[in-house]
Amino acid sequence: MDVIRVYPAKPAHVYLYATCLVDLFDPQAGLDAIGLLERQGLAVTVVTGQTCCGQPAYSAGYNDEARAVAQSQMALFPEPWPVVVLSGSCGGMMHHHYRRLFAGDAAVAAFCERVFEFTEFLVQVCRAKLDDKGEPRQVTMHTSCAARREMKVHVTASQLLGQLAQVELVKHGYQEECCGFGGTFAVRHPQISQAMVEDKTRHIVNSGAPELVSADWGCLLNINGALEYQGERLQGRHLASFLLERVGGGHG
Amino acid sequence: MAEHSPRRFTPQAQEALASPVIRQNFRGAMDYLRKARSNAFSDPVEADAVLAKAEAVRRRCLSQLPALLETLEQRCTANGIQVHWAETPAEANAIIRALCQREDAKLVAKGKSMVSEEIGLNKHLAGLGIDCRETDMGEFIVQLDGDRPSHIIMPAIHKNKDEISATFEQHLPDFEATRDVDQLIAAGRQALREKFQAAEVGLTGVNFAVAETGTLCLVENEGNGRMCSTIPRVHIAVTGIEKVVEQLSDIAPLYSALTRSATGQAITTYFNMVSSPRRPGEWDGPEEVHLVLLDNGRSQAFADDELRQTLQCIRCGACMNHCPVYGRIGGHAYGTVYPGPIGKIISPHLLGLDDAGELPTASSLCGACGEVCPVGIPIPALLQRLRVEAKHGASAGHPPLKGQGAKANRLEALAMKGFAWLARHPRCYRAGTWLARRLAPFYPRRLGAWGQCRVTPKPAPKPLSQLLKEQRRV
Repeated sequence: MDVIRVYPAKPAHVYLYATCLVDLFDPQAGLDAIGLLERQGLAVTVVTGQTCCGQPAYSAGYNDEARAVAQSQMALFPEPWPVVVLSGSCGGMMHHHYRRLFAGDAAVAAFCERVFEFTEFLVQVCRAKLDDKGEPRQVTMHTSCAARREMKVHVTASQLLGQLAQVELVKHGYQEECCGFGGTFAVRHPQISQAMVEDKTRHIVNSGAPELVSADWGCLLNINGALEYQGERLQGRHLASFLLERVGGGHG
Repeated sequence: MAEHSPRRFTPQAQEALASPVIRQNFRGAMDYLRKARSNAFSDPVEADAVLAKAEAVRRRCLSQLPALLETLEQRCTANGIQVHWAETPAEANAIIRALCQREDAKLVAKGKSMVSEEIGLNKHLAGLGIDCRETDMGEFIVQLDGDRPSHIIMPAIHKNKDEISATFEQHLPDFEATRDVDQLIAAGRQALREKFQAAEVGLTGVNFAVAETGTLCLVENEGNGRMCSTIPRVHIAVTGIEKVVEQLSDIAPLYSALTRSATGQAITTYFNMVSSPRRPGEWDGPEEVHLVLLDNGRSQAFADDELRQTLQCIRCGACMNHCPVYGRIGGHAYGTVYPGPIGKIISPHLLGLDDAGELPTASSLCGACGEVCPVGIPIPALLQRLRVEAKHGASAGHPPLKGQGAKANRLEALAMKGFAWLARHPRCYRAGTWLARRLAPFYPRRLGAWGQCRVTPKPAPKPLSQLLKEQRRV
């Protein structure tokens, strides 16, 4: 997995894979991501018909079902444009695990090469330069584990935040540790998951940052649900929304 | 104490989670060990080189495992080390028992050996009136308590100083309670001294067995391994068959990766190389050396190219130290000899998926274990593979795994088929999410297991596809 990735030149056109969680829980993040990509001069196509990348079946041990879903999703992207995914873990699924599910299939491998996580794409392919127009602000960031360890997105997400002159990225304790979601893990082993998310939210709150961002809605579903349960006012939002707001393109 | 078992993983984990002392002891210990490892690998370029080398050595040696085992047997035999093969724990116990009984042994002094835990040796020998005494300080404490190791390199890591002092007060004569670590260790060492002198048989594990020279290598910090392998008349070394390496030059990179990953040490205080029994004219050393090589499911792991990677493990414990699950529930909760991430992938081979099949699900697949493994075992990928094996019967192209399909669940399989069908039929999928949104006001604030610490997530009023349509973008 640690093969160094060679990035293509910036294209004129991209697909956005918004993911099922963004579609269902935070569609604004999808619009904001489109806004950011368009500011890079790209034409963005969101394919109707996208559902889920198949990760729930895959991580539960149902490879046949995951393969069927993967095939249906890959078929949605006939043009040779990059597929930009708005989540590190779905990106990891489509970039790394599809390859595993279809070992030896050159067409699948070629598709996997076209898959980029959103922040990775902005930094590595677009070479995006963000111009901060907001007030001084502290923010802490949760990087999902798949994003961190499969896609190395904690680096690119931090780089984007680092470009914002008025934004201070505050570290919280045990930043590299899992929030305890892990898809079906949170349901199969709820007590262990609870111990993990309660530690995670405590560290986030203790950071003192008034704002939490993440490039992964899976983790946010978990963390935000726990924060709200604990009566905290802090709620995390997608990094795309935060970035667009900072560069002056936010929705009112 | 209730019998620990991987089948009781969930209640055992709950019990551990409910104990603030266990939570605190593990957090403290894990923080310390993580820091030690990260200091030992402070130069990332050098670290990558060490780890890549170690992984390559393990892969190469495993790829020729059967041949190396044959060479190892030949060389050891030529050196005067007697080699015994055991397919099962019962066979290994029988071999060791026969050797002890032949010596008329009443006391066996034992250095640290996870394989001896794997075969339940202490209990087996105790049943025959032979006292098998642990001499590693952590194992010694655990044994005094009638407890079991909770970590593969730090067996008593679940205990704090006060608890250890209480154990010593109860079991060691003339011991006075103290929180001073040096005094605790001194008291333990004093009690152990006498055991080395009295033991008829010394038993140890093996970290690396070198085929080229017939040498058994033992990594340790306390000197007890050297005592066990030199003082008693007979030395028995017991190990899994996967520990064999090709040549002496393979040792250095593995040793470096092992000690730095385990405790952050550049090298350990002791590194023992046993090449033969005492030779004529030598002043010390045992008169007999025996090597017991245990299979116990390992050749099953070996038979599958992907699962074979499990056997690369050099037992450093780094995966445990970095695992967010292990760090919160501790080693006992797993109910297996090898706990934590490595235990989740090795136990199914030792015990079968019927007994250990739930363990591979007890991971959020966060990947921290795979990231820190010094020999590059892709633990998350193997967990995913074992989940597949646990749910399904024999799959084409793979050798059968003990207990394959034992965790098959018809309802779950049906739900997954339903999910896959919906995901392939976008209109129906969208109708489903439409319904989910309409019903949102009626969701309970707390939803099942999810709701024990989280409020139910609320869908947005309109999905992205609809917003885009309204903006005439699709």
